[in-house]
Parts: sequence; structure tokens; C-alpha cells
Amino acid sequence: MSLLAELSYWQQTSIRVGAGLVAVILVAGTLVMVHLFKLVSFMQSRLGPMEAGPFGSLQLLAEVGKHLQKEDIVPRKADKFVFAAAPFVVLASTFLLVVVLPGGPDAWFIQNDLGIYLAMAVSSVSVIGILMAGWGSANKYSLLGGLRATGQLIAYELPLILAVVGVVIQAGSMNLQTIVYAQANGEIFGWGGIGNPYVLTQGIAFFLFLTAMQAELTQTPFDMPIAESELVSGYMTEYSGMRFLLFFIAEFATAGVFSAIAAVLFLGGWYIPGIDPDDNIMNVLGPLVMFVKVVGLTFIVFWVRFSFPRFREDQLQRLAWKFLIPLALLNIVVTAIFKVWI
Amino acid sequence: MTDISDRQQLSYIAAQAADARVNLELETEGMTLNIGPQHPATHGTLRIVAKLDGEQVIAADPVMGYMHRGYEKLSEVRTYPQVTTLINRIDWLGSFANEVPFILAAEQLMEVEAPPRAQWIRTILFEMSRIANVVLFLGDMAVQVGAVTPVFFAFRDREHILNQIEGATGGRFHPNFDRIGGLKDDLPAGWIAETKQVMKKMRAFCDEIETLVLGNEIFQARTRGIGVIPADVGLSYGLSGANIRGSGVDWDVRRDNPCGLVYDQVDWKVWTHPDGDSFSRFWVRLQETREATNIVDQLLDDIPAGPIMAKVPRIIKVPAGEAYVETENPLGVMGYYVVSKGDLVPYRVKIRSASFNNMSISPWLLKGVYVPDIITILGSLYFILGDIDR
Repeated sequence: MSLLAELSYWQQTSIRVGAGLVAVILVAGTLVMVHLFKLVSFMQSRLGPMEAGPFGSLQLLAEVGKHLQKEDIVPRKADKFVFAAAPFVVLASTFLLVVVLPGGPDAWFIQNDLGIYLAMAVSSVSVIGILMAGWGSANKYSLLGGLRATGQLIAYELPLILAVVGVVIQAGSMNLQTIVYAQANGEIFGWGGIGNPYVLTQGIAFFLFLTAMQAELTQTPFDMPIAESELVSGYMTEYSGMRFLLFFIAEFATAGVFSAIAAVLFLGGWYIPGIDPDDNIMNVLGPLVMFVKVVGLTFIVFWVRFSFPRFREDQLQRLAWKFLIPLALLNIVVTAIFKVWI
Repeated sequence: MTDISDRQQLSYIAAQAADARVNLELETEGMTLNIGPQHPATHGTLRIVAKLDGEQVIAADPVMGYMHRGYEKLSEVRTYPQVTTLINRIDWLGSFANEVPFILAAEQLMEVEAPPRAQWIRTILFEMSRIANVVLFLGDMAVQVGAVTPVFFAFRDREHILNQIEGATGGRFHPNFDRIGGLKDDLPAGWIAETKQVMKKMRAFCDEIETLVLGNEIFQARTRGIGVIPADVGLSYGLSGANIRGSGVDWDVRRDNPCGLVYDQVDWKVWTHPDGDSFSRFWVRLQETREATNIVDQLLDDIPAGPIMAKVPRIIKVPAGEAYVETENPLGVMGYYVVSKGDLVPYRVKIRSASFNNMSISPWLLKGVYVPDIITILGSLYFILGDIDR
């Protein structure tokens, strides 16, 4: 029935690897271009890049070229291996995250019944990379940034996972593909016109997920680890050239991937109302639908990032432990009650 | 690391790190963090040697002088009209305000008085340089606590003020427009109407900042109760300007001793805030920017006609004597103590700049705060490096 299923295993695998690279790099590039360069520029009453290509559309290539030409500086007292490996660890976590995402009925990277569980687990790997960067740089600002990042990421992992639990209870599965189908075939009080995107029933979880996501991505108002007005650039301070570029790509790619997870969990993933989810056309349309939802969600991320001041370290922890986590637990309890009784 | 100065530096840091060992039982070693001289938050070359225990500051020591340019000494070999070129560069964001107290001191020694029209225009430009200066603070303070967008609005709207200053004086940043006995030129045609439009825009900017920054819960959480200066401590450290008015001290040189400027001719209010924290300093500056637009509006309405220059000799020789004149500059009270021996050049010029005194409270204020609050407090004290080091 599906074209992909007729191919041999190695052909499928190479297609999936290629698609994974595209999913990370293309999405990250689009986000930088659309959000960081243009949209934010308009918010800040400036034009953004205008010189490279029509309306600065080739600016991203120019930036990459600039970073590739730069000298790769390693501080004399740095732990050279740890310093060099850190950006790859951070980027690896992003690539591991993307594999669980479905893009259509047959357009998936891996089918895993522990999908969201795997995603939450590998997203924590980036903490190690950031701590490596902070410690290995032999710079006090980097060290402070790395330690802040660790404390923050561990604190916000909890509301993130607890927010997901609500969705998992409602869908009855941790497989992201099944979660999409559950939303596509769902009904709102017996009306199945648009399925049942969980943003409607799990609104609190959606809010919690977006908030914790913002913290996981270390974007303002949770950008204490970077905090350019106090820690210069946090754990990235000593990086230059290619390695800085890797951190930069990882930052935006992770924003894209987390938005994609949020889209799958709460907005119905690759499904759009009106088309049968098992139709073969969804293998082509699905990734596009996902892409639109991802860009929409990252718009919220960057909108918040460029409007809000940042929390202080203690305020940030207080928000996580005293507000977000109790709210998430409450959400789980309420969801469980509804699931069992209704 | 073979240079002698480097070794001195290392021993200095080692000694301080030893001092920072606070928890004797656990023998945790403190960390000395050099914030500056090159650091994004110090807008220039201020250096703060902070001894940290974790993220808490045990002691912070500002090191000044990286930008010392010796203006007091240079003034002694320049004629009086030439000095204004130098002192323009002290507080570079509100340059015209630097010229005024020096010119007033020289006028006091020569016993000339500028004609009313010149006094009026002087006061207008003085207030406009205050707006140009403080507008940038309002945006910059948001950057210090992490919001990047307001500073772009600040730069955008400051441009209108700078255009007006340029229209009247010919210089965007360093007007060098004030003369002993009056002003260099009269206002250009149409300037008054344009400036009124600009004042409207500045009031809109203040409203924007009020909603975008001042009303933000995170901004309030970051600034309220941070860096509290009690009024008596502030006075004993010689704080002035919005820093001391933010502590509830009702002291404004513009009202108490206008001396050559026409603040007694307009209806305006001195804003104070009782809290004394970073938030209240920001609040006072915001209100003062609004008040400054009102002052300019009122002054524009009734500029008297007449000459803009009093009768002064072509070659200015200031009679022997001493004079001290201070004004309420954008950063605080700025004063010039001018000693003349009857020559073409001043014998001695002592500059009392606001930022130097305002910074002197920082070791007291930074003790025990967290690293992020260092930046908030320094931002709210609002110094300009040229004003600290001269």
C-alpha cells in the first residue's frame, strides 16, 4: 500500500537518516531566518539583514561561511578533549530527539512504544554537554553558566515530563504515532469534525509544556545560563568558529524539535482535519503540516524570548518547584479521574 | 605570565581568594570574578572585582580609571571657550548639560549674565539632553535584566531628540554650543513646532516603557527590594540625582538653586520614591523624563524675544576669583569649581561629576547580593564611564 514499505530495509534506513538531517537542519535554518532575523527585527523596529540576497534571504549562508572561516580557539588552560566534544554532545541530543517524531502514517523514523519516554530521556543528554562546555572552558563565566544550566535543566525536566504524563494518560500510549491517531480519531462531545487536539482538554499541560520547554531551551525569561548582560555568553563564552556554530545550530534545532514534540502532543501532529489520516497523501502533506505547526509554536518561543526580562536563579527554581510541579501533579490527578470515570 | 604586573595581579587575586574563604569548617574556597574592564554590562571600561561564594558576593570592589583622560589638567592649558569642547565628552549621552555649569561659573566670575532668550534656550537644551540621556537608561535597564527589545525602542526614539539638538546646535552628540554670555546661534525657523512634536513622541515612548518594562512582573521581581539605599546612607556617600530621589530625599538643584537657568518660570514637580531600591530609581527616572518633556513644552511656549548674546569682549579674560556652580545633570549633581588668576586660561578646574559619587556606594551596596543582582544594581545606579573617570 505504501511506497516506503516496498523498499528494502537499507533503503528505508537511508531515506530516514536523510530525512532526519533535513528535519533538523532545515527546520533550524528556517527558524533562524524567519524568526531571529526577520520577525524579531520587525518587533524591534529594524529591518534585519537586507544585503545578502533578496531581502537578506541568503544571510544564513553568509553567517555559516563567516563562522567556518573563523579560527578555532581553544583556551590554554582548557580541558581540550572535553572542550572539543561538548558541542557534539549537545547536538547529538537534538538528533536523538528527532527520531521519535512521526511525519505521516508511514513517514516515521522509528516506531517505538516508548516514544515520548525516549525523547524525554535523550533530551537530558544536552545537560551533560552544557556542563562539559562550562567546566572544560577554564573560564569563570562559563563555569557559572554551566552550573546554572545544569540546575535549571534538571529542575524544569520535571514539569516537562509531568505535563506529558497528562497527554499519555488521555491517549493511553507513549507512542507518538498512536498519540496522533488518538487525536485524529478523537471526538469532542461526540463531534469528530476536527478530531480532538489535546490542547483543548490538556490546556494546562500545554501551558506547562511550553513554559518548561522555554526553560529547557534556555530562552528568555529562563536564559540565566547565557545571561549575556552578566555572564557574557555563559557556557558558550570561549567558543568560536565551527564549535560556536554547532551550539548555535543545536539551540535552534532543539527549539524546532521541542516545538515539534509539542505539536504532536497537543496540536494533533501531522494530522489536519478533513483528510483521512490513513490516506497515502498524508505521507507528503504530513511533514508540511508538522512544519507549519512547528513554525507557529516557535513563534511563541521567540516572541516571549524577545519581550520578557529574565528570572533570577532562585526565582526560577521557585517557579519550577512551587508552581509548575504542583500544577502538573494536579493536572495528572484530574486527567486520571476523568479517564477512569468518564 | 612572566610580566611583573601579571604576577602582581596574580598575587592580588590569590590574596583576595584567600580572604574569600568564608566557611572555615568546610574550607570552601571563594572565587574572584573580574567583571570588566571589558564586559557587556559595564558600558565602557569599569572593572568590578567581585569575591564570590557560590553566586553570592562577599565583597565587590570597583576599579576605576581605565578611561581617565585628564580633563581637569587639560583645562588648565586651554582658554575658557576651548574648555567646553573637552567637557562635552564627560557625560557623552547628555553633552550639552556638561557645558552649562562651567559656562555659568565663568559667567559668575566675569559678572555677566546671559540675556533672557539665551537662558530660556539653554534650559530647553539642558532638558533635552536630559531626555536624550535618560531615554537610553530606560531601554538599557531592561537589557540589564534580560529584555533585549526595549533598548531598540530607546535608540529609535532618542534619534528624534538628537535630530532636534542637531537642528539647533549643529552637533548630534557634542554640541559645543554654549558660550560665555549667551549662545552661539539663535534657534532655526520652525524648530519650536518640530520640537513640540518630538516631545509628544517622547511621552509616547515613556508610556511604552511603562507598559513594556515597568509593569512587567518579572522586571518587578528582579528590581523590587534589590539594592536598597536608605536615605541617610545615600546622603553620606554623596549620591545625587534620581539615585537619591529614589530613596525619598526631596533634593533637586533645579528647584533649590536654579542659578542662571529658568526653572522657576515653569510649573513642574520633583519626583521622589520612598523605597530606595532599583525599581524606585527606574521609576523616578521614568517620571523625570516625562516631567522634562513638560518643562520643555512650557518653555517653548514663551521664549522671550531679544538677543542671544550679552556684551562680552572678543578675547575672554576671566578676572581673578573662584566660583563653584552646580546643576542637576541627567546623571545627578554636576559642579565645576573654577579658580581664575585673571588669565586667558583657568588656573584650576575641579569637576564634581555625579557618576563618580554614585559609584562610590557600590562596595556597600553589592555586599551579599547575588551575581545577577550586581548587574541590576549597577544598571539602576546608572553611571557613564566618561562621567566616572573624566
